[in-house]
Amino acid sequence: MGLLELTAAGLAEKIKAGEVTSVQAVEAVLENIAEKEEALHCYVTIDKEGAIKKAEEVQKKIEAGTLSGALAGVPVAVKDNICTAGMLTTCSSKILGNFVPPFSAQAVHALEAAGAVILGKTNMDEFAMGSTTETSAFGVTKNPHNTAHVPGGSSGGSAAAVAAGECFFALGSDTGGSIRQPASFCGVVGMKPTYGTVSRYGLIAYGSSLDQIGPLTKDVADCAAVLEVLASHDLKDSTSVARKDTDFSAALIPDAAGLRVGIPRDYFGEGLDSEVRAAVLEAAKVLQEKGAAVEEFDLSLVEYAIPAYYTIASAEASSNLERFDGIKYGYRTPDFDGLHSMYKKTRSEGFGAEVKRRIMLGSFVLSSGYYDAYYLKALKVKALIKKAFDEAFQKYDVILGPVAPTTAPKLAESLKDPIKMYLGDIYTISVNLAGLPAMSIPCGMDSKGLPIGVQLIGDCFQEKKLLRAAYAYEQAEKEGGSRQGLLL
Amino acid sequence: MANIISDETIEYVGILAKLELSDEEKEAAKKDMADMLDYIDKLNELDTDGVEPMSHVFSMDNVFREDVVTNGDDRSAILQNAPGEKDGMFKAPRTVE
Repeated sequence: MGLLELTAAGLAEKIKAGEVTSVQAVEAVLENIAEKEEALHCYVTIDKEGAIKKAEEVQKKIEAGTLSGALAGVPVAVKDNICTAGMLTTCSSKILGNFVPPFSAQAVHALEAAGAVILGKTNMDEFAMGSTTETSAFGVTKNPHNTAHVPGGSSGGSAAAVAAGECFFALGSDTGGSIRQPASFCGVVGMKPTYGTVSRYGLIAYGSSLDQIGPLTKDVADCAAVLEVLASHDLKDSTSVARKDTDFSAALIPDAAGLRVGIPRDYFGEGLDSEVRAAVLEAAKVLQEKGAAVEEFDLSLVEYAIPAYYTIASAEASSNLERFDGIKYGYRTPDFDGLHSMYKKTRSEGFGAEVKRRIMLGSFVLSSGYYDAYYLKALKVKALIKKAFDEAFQKYDVILGPVAPTTAPKLAESLKDPIKMYLGDIYTISVNLAGLPAMSIPCGMDSKGLPIGVQLIGDCFQEKKLLRAAYAYEQAEKEGGSRQGLLL
Repeated sequence: MANIISDETIEYVGILAKLELSDEEKEAAKKDMADMLDYIDKLNELDTDGVEPMSHVFSMDNVFREDVVTNGDDRSAILQNAPGEKDGMFKAPRTVE
């Protein structure tokens, strides 16, 4: 098995055993990046020298026995909305095109403490607003399975980098599906943890009540290992939750006996591609064979999640993005006449079309006279959606369904009709509104050779149940020798 | 119900959002916003009388700590990102004559 085919945990073991060094792993990945990056464009920034230097330091510590985590020496890619001290962090936006953070996100500190080596920063939809990675100000990322298709988004660079072996794992962020949907489109594992599990300190905010950092990995065991490293109670994020059950790898049991799995009928209605439907239902069957009790149920309110989400997310975005004013950091327009002209021109030139669209909508729904009718209404609907999930989790441990209605669309097809693009988020978005953990795991390929993902949704703080179900499925597929959606 | 966004509304929202849109962008924004609001109006199908608006999923308490400075002096690192800097401060355009 070549070095690049190893999982993150597999590589860490080999480094620990002295069979390979962290430097060799970094060099192998950099070589692969040099070969594929022109076609795929997964990264905004690649820090070759920094990564090799860091790998040398880490290798010394591993050899000295002072560093022995599950990720020690493993090269990682970080989404470009997560701050890295001294390394460009752009959010794939012109307005932050020159921003070098003076501090690192807590998630980045956690990775570094575990000995992971940061290769660079991955491309994304501008400010994480989009589902295709096409709204990036720095070019489009392509799907490694077929470069005529999008990788999904907004963490498209991270998902494509993992699938193409341009890193061993990656960090993404998920506000409405931005980890799970690209993971599904690129055939990798992606998890959005329970809100509050991973500190948002240093994550450049889009929708603060919805945003959560999470892992994109080659398999389920890596997902558990990375989440174990990321989960922490951080006083710098006032919404961070103190959890005790963060030994996620303990949940990797290869059977699903006793797990109650619910399949929401509302997730299999009109608009769902027939091949996606078949692959997802087949995954449910595999879990049933592994001992899970599977049944269908009605979740309700599914079609209200998207309008509620876009109201809330746009409102929060319009407020969060006020900070980009051309004074403290980032782009400033060269020509202006006074302070207000500088603000307006800087922001108008610095933000792309999708970001402006959401800031405008958010400013409107928060404005006097419309606040109750739109924003408060959406928060009430959010409460109803949360209640619907609470009721479902009285009966089920895991909700199983598709991640997205289709496999990855072709490049340049999605942005023409924003509402149609937003509809593609129908299965992922309510999870963020309800603060739930959910993951996407590969469950096959369509006839075009594009990966399909199955989504597992759990109740708050029940990541272990998700990981157990995901692991049981993955192992069953491996035994069957038919695991599709395999890494490139 | 079809929403119609007037020129005045787009002007007003542009002021709130601190965005200066070209005429072309304004026309596009009028259409986009009207379409989105038509779509969001779907929420009115739901009876939410008596439902408490939920801003956070978990009950959030204020997080308090002692008022002690824990971060160091990173002024120069922070100012390195400033488009304009003078005497250790952010330099902004003149606001009063």
